[in-house]
Amino acid sequence: MSAPSIFWLTLFFVVPTMLVVAISFHAAAPDGGIGKEWTLHTWRSISNPNYPAIIWRTLWISAATTVGCVILALPCAFAIARMDKKWRAFMAGLIMLPFWTSFVVRVFAWRLLLHPEGFVKHLLLAMRLTQPDTQLLYNSGAILLVSIYSFLPFAIMPIYAAAEKFDFSLLEAARDLGARSFLAFRKVFLPGIRRGVISAILMVFIPSVGSYVIPDLVGGKNSELIGNKIYQRTFPDRNLPHASALSALMAFAVLIPLALVAAALKRQDRKEALRLADGNPVKQRGGAA
Amino acid sequence: MKRNAFPLVMLLLVLIFLYLPIVVLTANSFNLSRFGGAWEGFTLKWYAQLLDDRQVWSAFANSLLIATGATLASCLLGTTAALALHRWNSRLQLFHYGLIYTPLVIPEILMGISLLLTFTAVGMDCGLHTILLAHTTFCVSYVTMTVLARLQDFDDSLLEAARDLGAGAWVSFIKVQFPILLPGIISGGLLAFTLSIDDFVITFFVAGPGSSTLPLKVYSMIKHSPKLPVINCLSTVMLALTFALVLASRAFQNLKQPKSLTKGALS
Repeated sequence: MSAPSIFWLTLFFVVPTMLVVAISFHAAAPDGGIGKEWTLHTWRSISNPNYPAIIWRTLWISAATTVGCVILALPCAFAIARMDKKWRAFMAGLIMLPFWTSFVVRVFAWRLLLHPEGFVKHLLLAMRLTQPDTQLLYNSGAILLVSIYSFLPFAIMPIYAAAEKFDFSLLEAARDLGARSFLAFRKVFLPGIRRGVISAILMVFIPSVGSYVIPDLVGGKNSELIGNKIYQRTFPDRNLPHASALSALMAFAVLIPLALVAAALKRQDRKEALRLADGNPVKQRGGAA
Repeated sequence: MKRNAFPLVMLLLVLIFLYLPIVVLTANSFNLSRFGGAWEGFTLKWYAQLLDDRQVWSAFANSLLIATGATLASCLLGTTAALALHRWNSRLQLFHYGLIYTPLVIPEILMGISLLLTFTAVGMDCGLHTILLAHTTFCVSYVTMTVLARLQDFDDSLLEAARDLGAGAWVSFIKVQFPILLPGIISGGLLAFTLSIDDFVITFFVAGPGSSTLPLKVYSMIKHSPKLPVINCLSTVMLALTFALVLASRAFQNLKQPKSLTKGALS
């Protein structure tokens, strides 16, 4: 019964992925095709001075997006988890609803807001926070803002899922013992929802690294990301080996953190299981264990 | 004990942040002003211009066709996948689960380019059929996960009871398990339909010349057309469509499994 889906996904997911890696070890043919010989030529040209800057920019914008999303998501998830059951489901739905809408439409909405004649510009001018000739669009800042907007639900949902299972009386205990709210939040709540935070980081970082629409629509010539380059190499330049090598690089950038986290969680699970088997669950190194 | 109001205030601000662009966009589709900086009066003339655009209608027809096809195919593949994952706990199913799960987490652009390369490698011209194959591929994972969630609440003793009463495997599936799973399958199918209608990146890579879908049409209008307010209208229509589909999907997901009835009948 598992045959149809395994067959389909092997054909349209596993084989294509391996093809990308294989093609990156060929050179581009002059006619836009793929050269016959196996070569490292394509991978060597990835160290061309242009690429490291773009890769570096992609990584820092993704990291900043991740930090921004998690910081905003923590208080939201906390607030939702403390609501009544009925409100919780409603709020979770409200947070997720924008995610299902068209990505292009949401990014376009920001293009409209940040437009020189748009809502945000008028608002900032009225509050005297900006100069009339400041350009809000087409720079790294715009990419960062729209990325945080787009991926925020991915950060809120896993943190909320973890916070929902958190025993909030622990927080009250911490406060009764004299901890201030923020200290209790940091020392008791954060370790308690650690796993939610880790999945939030992955859920935001991965699509940010792969982002194409956002830098294309609100970024400028000087804020290109790997996604833009993959597109340029595929269509205007018709250099498929180059596009493949960049895609393989992107795949590594997302799969390595994913594998590391999976391994770390597994090791921790085993440790916790051993501790419980010892019958000595109390022997812990504080909340940070 | 006094509760800190800070998280609640943040939640409120974040909700405004999430919905403000959508609200401004929708409002502007009815605004006489071209750039929407200020409200200059209510109008439906941009919608009239949208309805006159024949390319929009053809893109809409393509989107509906692909979404319907991808939904049907992914429901079939996703439901069988969920049943297999639920029933067996083998190494093969662990691999199977990995196959279903990975497309959910990798960036879309990777799936787009890898499928494009595959279609090119086997000499397939890109067009509606390649979009359909690509959409089916990413929809399978979503349908599987939704049906799997429904299966987790399924009482397996119902199937045993059906067998004890003499039903074969097929009859007990069709008469007992399928009707209970159906809301989950419909819910997953509606999500697949929504994702297919709204997908841009993967479609962008595997679409051939002349095979435009709604998101591709919006994108090319953003890039090339000076008629900003008409894009607002098309975007608003797409938002409304998605909201309706997601609400319908949630309604089906939340339909109660008929526990009281079956429990009563069996005991």
